[in-house]
Amino acid sequence: MPFVIPKDTYAGKVNALTFGSGDKAVTVGGENGLPFLSFECSIPNRPLIAIEIQDVAPSDWPDTVRKAYDGVSESPAKWARFCQDSLGAKIVALRLAGTHPDRENRSAEDAVKTVTEVLSAIDVPLMILGSGHIEKDAQVLKAAAEAAKGRECILGKAQEENYKTIVTAAIANNHKLIAMSQLDVNLAKQLNILITQMGFNKDNIIMDPMSSALGYGIEYTYSVMERIRQAALVQNDPMMQTPLLCDIGPNVWKTKESAAPESELPEWGALTERGIVWESITASTMIMAGCNLLVMRHPKAIETVNKLVSELI
Amino acid sequence: MIIIGERISVIAKKVREAMAARDPKPLQELARTQFEKGANYIDVSIGPAEDDGPQLMDWAVKVIQEVVPVPLCLDTTNKAAMIAGLKAHNNKWGRALINSASGEEERLNNMMPLAGEYNAEIIALTLTEKGIPALAEERCEVAANIMGKAMECGVPMEDIWLDPLILPVPFQQDKCKESIRAIRLFRELNDPPMKTTVGLSNIANGAPKELRGIITRNFLVLLMYEGLYSAIADPNDKEFMDTMKTVEVLMEKRLYAHSYLEM
Repeated sequence: MPFVIPKDTYAGKVNALTFGSGDKAVTVGGENGLPFLSFECSIPNRPLIAIEIQDVAPSDWPDTVRKAYDGVSESPAKWARFCQDSLGAKIVALRLAGTHPDRENRSAEDAVKTVTEVLSAIDVPLMILGSGHIEKDAQVLKAAAEAAKGRECILGKAQEENYKTIVTAAIANNHKLIAMSQLDVNLAKQLNILITQMGFNKDNIIMDPMSSALGYGIEYTYSVMERIRQAALVQNDPMMQTPLLCDIGPNVWKTKESAAPESELPEWGALTERGIVWESITASTMIMAGCNLLVMRHPKAIETVNKLVSELI
Repeated sequence: MIIIGERISVIAKKVREAMAARDPKPLQELARTQFEKGANYIDVSIGPAEDDGPQLMDWAVKVIQEVVPVPLCLDTTNKAAMIAGLKAHNNKWGRALINSASGEEERLNNMMPLAGEYNAEIIALTLTEKGIPALAEERCEVAANIMGKAMECGVPMEDIWLDPLILPVPFQQDKCKESIRAIRLFRELNDPPMKTTVGLSNIANGAPKELRGIITRNFLVLLMYEGLYSAIADPNDKEFMDTMKTVEVLMEKRLYAHSYLEM
């Protein structure tokens, strides 16, 4: 008797999200099955990687990754162009880290200036990320959204405490939106419902389940993502059918493994490789759990993950 | 759970008049509101329609699918009208559902081949010429006969929605339990389980108006506990829909969120 591969079919489908303008616009999502199981489902778009840059020089990044951007990272526009032209970035993610009150406390006007410069330096899609400070993000992202009107950026992250201002800005300026909740599948659904009830089209949302790094709780992120995908595909829950975003850089490059010197921990191997491996493994774990869009830092880790995706897809 | 919106029925005066006058507006309005409230299928009941069945069904299917992106449940005993409906049906949003075959020989022979021929799904009532069997086990026998006929016609088991038939509690109190048991037993007739459906509002027929809602909702809970797949009901009834969603949450078939009732 010939062997027949058992196949599952699913009731639901992940939304396809297109962002950016002109011929450099990209699309993620659209699959009607689990990650990489292309023998039983259709996966029209591969997971993509946005390369992270910042509005201020990355003084807090460990040497391994900071050195990869030596000579460009003092200017956000130069940095963005380097990612696009030299690294082949399909998407650039600008984190407005310097607007955080505990850092340079840059103003919304400063952020607008940076966003405008970066947008004129690149034609690939831009993701605009706040510093993660609830109140400040609401101000900064509102101003940034206006400055980026017409480029259909991804704007984020909208959270339970500040989503109203950010959603309004995204609607008014025609941007896509990152909805982030903290490792909780029920709160993730709730936030998507609240955003949708403001009149924001659910097809323009990408969900951030809150990433973590290998060794620092990645299994929680993984199982939340699994449950989101099950709800989307098996239960056909429209509120859970948004693509998934994993912003892994800040977590990976904060780990002891990515920064501890060889002199202290010789048994951990070469420092120059450790962080890259950490970021690559974290990213590949996230795409196995259904991540559609990654935000990453190190060019070598990005190259490794892109190659992995090409082999799996 | 799959909800088949029941409001477009020839029994309603407004619908009957609109059908007679070929006025699409009332039908489209009923279809749209049911869809917005969460109907997965829209039932189109034209009755026997002896004079102009095929023309009426063809027209109704087309005008309804102009406004809602869902498949329709074609509800008539008129075979020619059923064929016209199946031909007119737009499968872009899902396949048509034939409502219905039964264990009655003529009706089974009329309707079941159409499911195979037009690649449609089909509701099958477990009754025969002798009426509705009293016991759940006897309804399973009728179901088995229907499933045999389906195989002959090349209709896969997953395309059959078995309906145990609901009798009103004011008149047939002892039969309510049997319908609930029948849902469980029907599911066991196949692997994966057979799909099931019921015309839910019949449970409260003959009861005073103020009791109808509470009877229907509680009966729904019992049926859903046994794995009911679908119900023909009114999605505009908010309390009914809220009950359905809550049972789904409690049975872990729907993801909880504080606003789950609003979706």
